[in-house]
Amino acid sequence: MAQQSLDIERRSATTTPSPNMRGHVAEVAKLIDISKCIGCKACQSACMEWNDYRGNVGTCDGTYNNPFDLAANQWTVMRFTEYEPPGGNLEWLIRKDGCMHCAEPGCLKACPAPGAIVQYSNGIVDFHEEHCIGCGYCITGCPFNIPRLSDADSKVYKCTLCSDRVAVGLEPACIKSCPTGALVFGSKDDMRQHAAGRIEDLKSRGYKNAGLYDPQGVGGTHVMYVLPHADRPQIYAGLPKDPHISPLVSLWKGALKPLMSLGLGVIAFAGVIHYVGVGPNETKDDKSKVDKSSEHRDQ
Amino acid sequence: MVSISRRQFLKLGAAGLGASSIAVLGFSPAAALAEAREFKLTRTTETRNTCPYCSVSCGLILYGLGDKAKNAPSSIIHIEGDPDHPVSRGTLCPKGAGLLDFVHSADRLRYPEYRAPGASEWKRISWDEAFDRIARLMKDDRDKNFIGQNAEGVPVNRWLSTGFLAASASSNESGYLTHKVVRSLGILAFDNQARV
Repeated sequence: MAQQSLDIERRSATTTPSPNMRGHVAEVAKLIDISKCIGCKACQSACMEWNDYRGNVGTCDGTYNNPFDLAANQWTVMRFTEYEPPGGNLEWLIRKDGCMHCAEPGCLKACPAPGAIVQYSNGIVDFHEEHCIGCGYCITGCPFNIPRLSDADSKVYKCTLCSDRVAVGLEPACIKSCPTGALVFGSKDDMRQHAAGRIEDLKSRGYKNAGLYDPQGVGGTHVMYVLPHADRPQIYAGLPKDPHISPLVSLWKGALKPLMSLGLGVIAFAGVIHYVGVGPNETKDDKSKVDKSSEHRDQ
Repeated sequence: MVSISRRQFLKLGAAGLGASSIAVLGFSPAAALAEAREFKLTRTTETRNTCPYCSVSCGLILYGLGDKAKNAPSSIIHIEGDPDHPVSRGTLCPKGAGLLDFVHSADRLRYPEYRAPGASEWKRISWDEAFDRIARLMKDDRDKNFIGQNAEGVPVNRWLSTGFLAASASSNESGYLTHKVVRSLGILAFDNQARV
């Protein structure tokens, strides 16, 4: 299959270069227009259907959030927020939550399992669960709190942006189902243009702070939002204003990693030098002979 | 039994620990190449249909397993919107997007069943039995309650004691036929569930 050995931008815990000679691959993006979403959850259904997972039947907590949260078998959820702007009318904010497919993915950076997380040249960040060791470091690494560890198989799952569909030239399942056109899919440039038109429209309707959510703290994302209140993304069920990969992950996988490798090398080298120069510890009292003589004594 | 001295045991232990440490550090043979999920519809049979739920009647494509070869009974493995449909243009609502589980539901009605008055159990009956019973009951009820003329003597030919419910996913042709049959019997209470 083309996507696994070709067109790979990055691969977790791999120092050898990934095959990425083909530079002429368009970056794709999903655009979520919050102002058009009616919260029907068709995308949730379509995602479950295409990706062959089914969650348990949930319960009602008095809100429209159902299921309440992402899970290993729930890769996208609608998050409903009742927001009262100062001096304005109630706004019902509905945000489709799921993997943002960051250009600089914190999950991939934190992952210690070779090949468990790959980033394709088109921008999709995909989990290959058969290589996953279930450590959960990607959950720590993710600035958006997206990956979920499965209780059943101790592997981590999240949205794949339907990499299997995109690889054959189709849009992701959620995009196709969306009845209001709140979800759009295409090249990242096209999506930026589409968003610009929507933002202009929203501004003409009085949403002065309408804007595109494509946070640069993670190098931009391949899932972008059109937010009517782009100055306050937090009101959309806690969308981070300026997401970054945790400094601990950056330190551990950045500055500390070569130091640790160096330390390990020095220790191994010193061991070899010690063996050659000083030699192993010799003991005069040979226990095995004593054992044999004691066996003779027993007979 | 092989006897291992304390010294040999420690040597073996150290060697094992060293080897496994080296393997963990990445000197083990490379694992098989990651297998990304293959596109599952490559050789499926596409069949057009209409969503059965509401009167919008969105277009569907049913993806059937197999190539219709005689020995491989087909089965629907995936359903998504039909982009060529002028109304829905490929989109679906959450109910339509979940139709696969509706098709394969364990609770789906597959054959006629009858529950006698007072009985708590449904009993499977044959299609012939079902049609005979429906026809018999309809005929008896119509003979008893058919109104040929109203009080002023105007012919009205109506049958008010029986209603008819049809399906929203019917084609125009079957809708036309259903309408003709039902109206020719004099039934006025005739509806399909298209507004659900």
